[in-house]
Amino acid sequence: MSSLTDQTASELLERMRSGDVSAEQIAAACLDRIARHDPAVGAFLRVGGDEALAAAADVDRRRRGGQAVGLLGGLPVAVKDLICVRGQVTTCGSRMLANFVPPYDATVVERLRAADGVLLGKTNLDEFGMGGSTENSAFHPTRNPWDLERIPGGSSGGAAACVAARMAPLSLGTDTGGSIRQPSALCGVVGLKPTYGRVSRFGLVAFASSLDQIGPLARTAEDAALLLEAIAGHDPRDSTSAPAPVPPYSQTVRQPLSGLRLGRVREHYGEGLDEQLAAATEQALDVYRSLGAQIRDVSLPHSRYAIATYYIIAPCEASSNLARYDGAHYGHRTDERQMRADLRQEQRRLEAAGDTAGVDQLDTPLVRLYRQSRAEGFGAEVKRRIMLGTYALSAGYYDAYYLKALKTRRLIRGDYDQAFAEVDLIVGPCTPTAAFPLGAKLNDPLAMYLGDLYTVGTNLAGLAGISIPCGATREGWPIGLHLQAPAFEEDRLLRAAYMFQQVTAWHQRRPDLP
Amino acid sequence: MSLSGDDLRKVALLARLRLSDHELDVLAPQLAQILEFVEQLGQLDTSGVEPMAHAVELSNVLAADEPQASLPREAALANAPQHDGECYRVPAVLGE
Repeated sequence: MSSLTDQTASELLERMRSGDVSAEQIAAACLDRIARHDPAVGAFLRVGGDEALAAAADVDRRRRGGQAVGLLGGLPVAVKDLICVRGQVTTCGSRMLANFVPPYDATVVERLRAADGVLLGKTNLDEFGMGGSTENSAFHPTRNPWDLERIPGGSSGGAAACVAARMAPLSLGTDTGGSIRQPSALCGVVGLKPTYGRVSRFGLVAFASSLDQIGPLARTAEDAALLLEAIAGHDPRDSTSAPAPVPPYSQTVRQPLSGLRLGRVREHYGEGLDEQLAAATEQALDVYRSLGAQIRDVSLPHSRYAIATYYIIAPCEASSNLARYDGAHYGHRTDERQMRADLRQEQRRLEAAGDTAGVDQLDTPLVRLYRQSRAEGFGAEVKRRIMLGTYALSAGYYDAYYLKALKTRRLIRGDYDQAFAEVDLIVGPCTPTAAFPLGAKLNDPLAMYLGDLYTVGTNLAGLAGISIPCGATREGWPIGLHLQAPAFEEDRLLRAAYMFQQVTAWHQRRPDLP
Repeated sequence: MSLSGDDLRKVALLARLRLSDHELDVLAPQLAQILEFVEQLGQLDTSGVEPMAHAVELSNVLAADEPQASLPREAALANAPQHDGECYRVPAVLGE
């Protein structure tokens, strides 16, 4: 018999229902595996040991007493540390929020609790979700469980690594330009970005508000369906959440789709795509053909502009959203006494040099408090994006950058609308390469950004996308297949993913951890 | 595309960031490279295209005008680096 942590969420749920195993035993098995392997992987920023065991024991008591239990029935769930949990430090991977304790739960956390999910801990990420490698965490990098010298992807690197390493059967990530799907691809797990508006963003710390979305990571489509069902739905506290009913994903996921039409995007097979990943994607299309699907070529002619569009819009929104970190309301504040002493010294130096213009331009103490607090609280990538966004939004540049990007965004959306008139889903590679070594792109931000070329379009157009394991490189590193669906067709994505997993075994491969 | 030190210092002030000369030296070529890359959008004819600011173009989502409990002051101030029990404390805005 395989150990508890090797089983999927759906298998564990079945065993809990039959009384064969308790939620507390499952939580204990996950905590044990975290204790054993997370020192090497670094998926978690904080682990809620005793609280998790107590919450699991409570579900067990209710189940034994014949009371109703929620959809997640005591299953452990890890939560990306960009999502607020009341009374527990939520850092966003930033020194800025190293001691921030949210006064409320995010809506998704409320829903997890209501569904009897057991909160296992908070997972590591690129600071505020900005990055594709989880090396931009202020605390420590996360490593890929398949090769500890390689990155797990990002920004939900901890969320993907903990599922791949069997530390948690389920986890929540967030995706602004691929931050769920790309790490899922690189770690060999299933990761779904729901349609913009499908899941409430209340209590999700904002990065780019028109693009951000919370979604599930798991090892199978069935498990992702279960977690999505638990968190999805309208929330009056997020005015952008959709007032649309949530289908019972966990019940429909096993129903095959007949007459499935898949679109293969011509533009996805160009420069930059590793040949092993191209081959794995083609083999995945053969799998779908064998299941009766039709494959058609489609074109997304503006997809070549997607990264440029994204890297204007996302930094613009970020520079505005992150203006809230001012050293006054919450978050890091510089040492005020030192700051004032430095300022006085600068003033004396300028006066001594007779530089009256310099004296006039000197920061006021309040402005210096903002600038110094932010300089100390933010890491290099966050500063880079704030600078980029501030520049693009500044007087004289707004039309050339931001407005131009918003117009291109509509053209990108139009391409998808045309493609979806002919096909049910768009299929292709999720990433251009498999996991790369730690440090490989750390000093080359543009190279890091180019890795997002297949995923950012989904966010810009407000659609749904999923990555599922579809192969491995010669070295054994996972390869992800990316499926995209029209808005609010998560059910179709999950069912197509389930069909694939019924006839393939890529999702059953597991990394060997020392 | 090139960015002068003065350009960057101006943007850093707008962004309320204090960046060291070393940070500015590293950032200048990186930002120039990224801007050059995104400027490829200039090749695209977007005349007559409506800007798309949001993925789901909902408008005027109204809430019922009913009083509701808000965050208690102690909770709102709990994360403040400095406060006096009623207000956040910051350096004086006008004069010292």
